[in-house]
Amino acid sequence: MTEAGVALRLQNIRRAFGDLTVIDNLSLDIVAGEFLAILGPSGCGKSTLLRIVAGLTPPDSGTLQITPPDLRFQNAFVFQEAHLLPWRTVLENAALPLELMGVDAAERTARARATLAEVGLADAESRYPAQLSGGMRMRVSLARALVTKPRLLLLDEPFAALDEITRFRLDVRLRDLWIERGMTVIFVTHSITEAAFLADRAVVLTRRGCGVKLDRRLDLPRARDNDLRLSPQLAVEMQALLGAMEEEG
Amino acid sequence: MRKALPAAIPFLVVTLALEWLVRAGFVPAFLVPPPSAVLQTMIHDWPELFAALLKTSAGAVIGFALSAIGGIAFAVFLSSSRAIQRAFYPYAVFFQTVPIIAIAPLLVIWFGYGMRTVVASAFIASIFPVIANTLSGILSTDPALRDLFRLYGATSSATLWKLRIPAAMPQILTGLRIAGGLAVIGAIVGEFLGGQGLGSVVDIARTQQRTDKVFAAVLLASVLGLALFGFINIVSRLALRRWHASEQN
Ligand SMILES: Nc1ncnc2c1ncn2[C@@H]1O[C@H](COP(=O)(O)OP(=O)(O)O)[C@@H](O)[C@H]1O
Ligand SMILES: [Mg+2]
Repeated sequence: MTEAGVALRLQNIRRAFGDLTVIDNLSLDIVAGEFLAILGPSGCGKSTLLRIVAGLTPPDSGTLQITPPDLRFQNAFVFQEAHLLPWRTVLENAALPLELMGVDAAERTARARATLAEVGLADAESRYPAQLSGGMRMRVSLARALVTKPRLLLLDEPFAALDEITRFRLDVRLRDLWIERGMTVIFVTHSITEAAFLADRAVVLTRRGCGVKLDRRLDLPRARDNDLRLSPQLAVEMQALLGAMEEEG
Repeated sequence: MRKALPAAIPFLVVTLALEWLVRAGFVPAFLVPPPSAVLQTMIHDWPELFAALLKTSAGAVIGFALSAIGGIAFAVFLSSSRAIQRAFYPYAVFFQTVPIIAIAPLLVIWFGYGMRTVVASAFIASIFPVIANTLSGILSTDPALRDLFRLYGATSSATLWKLRIPAAMPQILTGLRIAGGLAVIGAIVGEFLGGQGLGSVVDIARTQQRTDKVFAAVLLASVLGLALFGFINIVSRLALRRWHASEQN
């Protein structure tokens, strides 16, 4: 564990868009280095919550405390789709955050290369996004997020648009990367299977007002692979999450 | 050359049909000259026509270059805030709606007889599509990518050069394509009143009832328009071929 994750404390967070209160009085503690999945019905405010945590949008009230605080660029964000710069090669896309932060060319190229290798894209560095499959594009997007060695990785339904087998592979890769790096991960998804497979802790949000319906520690092994998907242990966890989701549905 | 063939066929058909219509007496030759007469005039008056073509080209190209630079810069300025757009966009629309033929006499008063009037006329006639297309391209930049740039603390100039301008490039080039043709029209209108070139050739030939010479000059003006269009297409191909669907295959 070279990069320790950050701890987060959200207290009484509130956010409204006009008359619509999306998040009301939400409090959540996240331990450093935790892999947290956030589940909830579509439109309940998961993306809004993630954007608040990323600092992309301020809450109307409440506090967000990050420990250790004020480290610049310790966040990374992965969107629902890859959102690459189509006029740049894979390597240039992966190096973009370092470029914007002012890292010099030689270093950012080396670091982007190393990160691309970590997501299994060592051979694709000079290709353009238009020449890649959806899964490869998402890998580039993941590499772009990881290249700064973030201490907090935020993912907003990142693999939702991919086919299942590609998604399974990326789930496993992400979990391994988390084990290697020890960063804090918040993974938003509407897939119960994915939440249970990936996370150590799952939070189910309520449909309205965005309260916490269920906050559950998942009793699963640390290292995970596809064999786990059909195991009774995972089924137990999925059952619990499904129950909470259904009460909200 | 092979790609030009499909376009050459309608030209040949219309030319031959015109020749026949005029010779057979269906259309009086003083209204529409037979293409053979236009060709003869083209050869006979070539030194005069060619000199006029060069003048018009200079006026149109300089006017076009100014509206490309000015239009993009103005659109970047407009894109900086909604308030600025509200305050200044209506004046950009002025360029779109002003009848260039009506203000050309004013241009002569302001700029005198000669190149400056021609350039001003080409500029006014062609800047609006550059502004409108660039602005719409910049404003439709992917919001997720804008968030990404914000997350890494990108400066506004980095965001402009690395994100907004490249993202708007397909639309900028569309604007330039339209502007090319309009710049030729603007230059010729300017020459009608205050310059020398194909516009003044047309004007003089018209008063002498030399429809053959009018046609020869108009033909050269359209060749100029086509050349400008072709040039922008080449630039577009070079700039976009790697990433934009419009320039692939
Ligand atoms: N910028 C915004 N302006 C207005 N309403 C918004 C905005 N962002 C989100 N919303 C609304 O807030 C609610 C929650 O959105 P979101 O956080 O995207 O939900 P989720 O990610 O859980 O599907 C939705 O009803 C959405 O329409
Ligand atoms: Mg969402």
